Amino acid sequence: MSVLPSTRIYEGTRIPSPVPTILEVDPEKHRLEDILRVNFGPNHPSTHGVLRLVVDLDGETVAGIRAVIGYLHTGFEKNMESKSWWKSVTYAPRIDYVSFQANELVYVMAIEKLLGHEIPRRAVWARMALAELTRIHSHLVWLGTSALELGAISLFWYCFDDRDQILDLFEMVGGTRMHTRYFQVGGLAEDIPPGFTNEARRFCESMPKSVDEYEAILDRNAIWLERTKGVGLLSADDALALGQTGPMLRASGVDWDLRRNTPYLAYDEVDFDVPVYPNGDVYDRYKVHMDEMRQSVRIVRQCLDRLDETEGEPWIVDDRKVVLPPRHELHTSMESLIHHFKIVTEGFRVPEGEVYVAIESPRGEAGCYLVSDGSARPWRVKFRAPSFAALQATATIVQDVLIADLIAAAGSLDPVMGDADR
Amino acid sequence: MTGYESVPGVVETRVSFDEATLVVDPTRLVDACAHLRGELGFNMLVDIAAADYLGWGEQEVAGYIGTAGGRDLNQAGSHGLARGPEPKPKRFSVSYHLLRVGDEPARVRVQVWLDDDEPVASVIEVWPAADWFEREAFDLMGIRFEGHQNLVRILMPEDWEGHPLRKDYPLGGEPVRFSDED
Repeated sequence: MSVLPSTRIYEGTRIPSPVPTILEVDPEKHRLEDILRVNFGPNHPSTHGVLRLVVDLDGETVAGIRAVIGYLHTGFEKNMESKSWWKSVTYAPRIDYVSFQANELVYVMAIEKLLGHEIPRRAVWARMALAELTRIHSHLVWLGTSALELGAISLFWYCFDDRDQILDLFEMVGGTRMHTRYFQVGGLAEDIPPGFTNEARRFCESMPKSVDEYEAILDRNAIWLERTKGVGLLSADDALALGQTGPMLRASGVDWDLRRNTPYLAYDEVDFDVPVYPNGDVYDRYKVHMDEMRQSVRIVRQCLDRLDETEGEPWIVDDRKVVLPPRHELHTSMESLIHHFKIVTEGFRVPEGEVYVAIESPRGEAGCYLVSDGSARPWRVKFRAPSFAALQATATIVQDVLIADLIAAAGSLDPVMGDADR
Repeated sequence: MTGYESVPGVVETRVSFDEATLVVDPTRLVDACAHLRGELGFNMLVDIAAADYLGWGEQEVAGYIGTAGGRDLNQAGSHGLARGPEPKPKRFSVSYHLLRVGDEPARVRVQVWLDDDEPVASVIEVWPAADWFEREAFDLMGIRFEGHQNLVRILMPEDWEGHPLRKDYPLGGEPVRFSDED
């Protein structure tokens, strides 16, 4: 199948001009004296966090819109420049707090690219398993909150129940439920604990049934179908022009997934399908999310088998200038103690250079641009936030929709404001 | 690293860490981008990343953030660099990360170098996705994009002074509101 589709959802482009992210009221379609300007957010229960939408309403129709972000800007990138490479890893998962492992993964992968590390197989499989569990976690949060915003309250509780099981698995490997800092430069912080694969398999048994149930709840719900089908349209050309990635792009008919098209870790060694839907509306975005959860379970299963096969193998590279020495050596070896002290206090050095590494996070392409001057601290850290890019499409997808559909459309962008604002 | 010979305005091409970088003359950036999009199929602008190289390769001082009275890292027994990094041509770099979404995926980085207060043309006509990316680079790094119709702050408050990601902007140096002086 070709990557780019031949069908078009609508003729031409709907991207506003000259500013692509601001939809101005068209005086030929609306009487300007009828326009009511409403501030929607930043504190509103259905804006997915502190997103502010300035909406120009003509009756109940959205005539103009502008998204305002920055309410959660915390200066992560500036802070990371002042910390050593070793310490700054802690910041990465806090940026997108719903898909924390994905951000952590892209950051350590970028540092490893500068260092030229080849990661042990066991660490690769563990990273893939956890990255896919994160994807399921993130999609569950998206599904629960999006359905909640459209009035399907019960689904929220079901989704968060399943999400809790994933957090239990994270707690098992990293000790904390979120922001585990389990991925280290060079591999993992510790080996996968005994019993993890069995627990994860149990989850993989129950999760596909849950997805079927959620789909049954929503797909036979006339209100859900009415409010999602044909709403929030985005054509493939407009999606590409606006830099959309992930489920947004695949719901517009573009068969693109970094895990398959530009494989990293060991995604070329596992079997999975990339769900693609052609209609570019909220319903298709929902279908992409549902199918991706099923595919992620498939990938997790294969990773768990490989984890069992690689039992006892190393889980972090043997590079004593970068990686902390094994804990037990600290009691017997002075060299190890010195290395431990030096890595924790002044940090390890990373060769000079600039890299850009991208992975398929739950919301699309999460990228990390790093500049190193060869010292123990990053010179520049820049995250490519998929939520930031997704929100640029707001003005394109809500043209002439009703204010109630605006909720569904904005929610389908799957923005996490921590990610967008950094 | 072939196929980029026809891109207009290229000053330097290099490959490092398996990544292709095209350094482009800032005055011909839009031509180069239009060529990359139209002829070479880079249909997606993934990100715009600006970096400030003020103080690049200079002696560092130790301390939590770095103070003038701190330890000299280049003295024996400290952890200064054995060799300074390669010097940079100008203060700011702006990197456009391009992606070809299609049957032959490829990535390339287009880079322009700018002095303080030197503007660069907006690529919003080539990729509409540049809108917020350029606003972010303006907000946090103070890069001016000519031709952008709405170049206002995006992450910082509208009345903020300074550009926080510049190297001469201190960490923790923002004024505190509601202090005794207000």
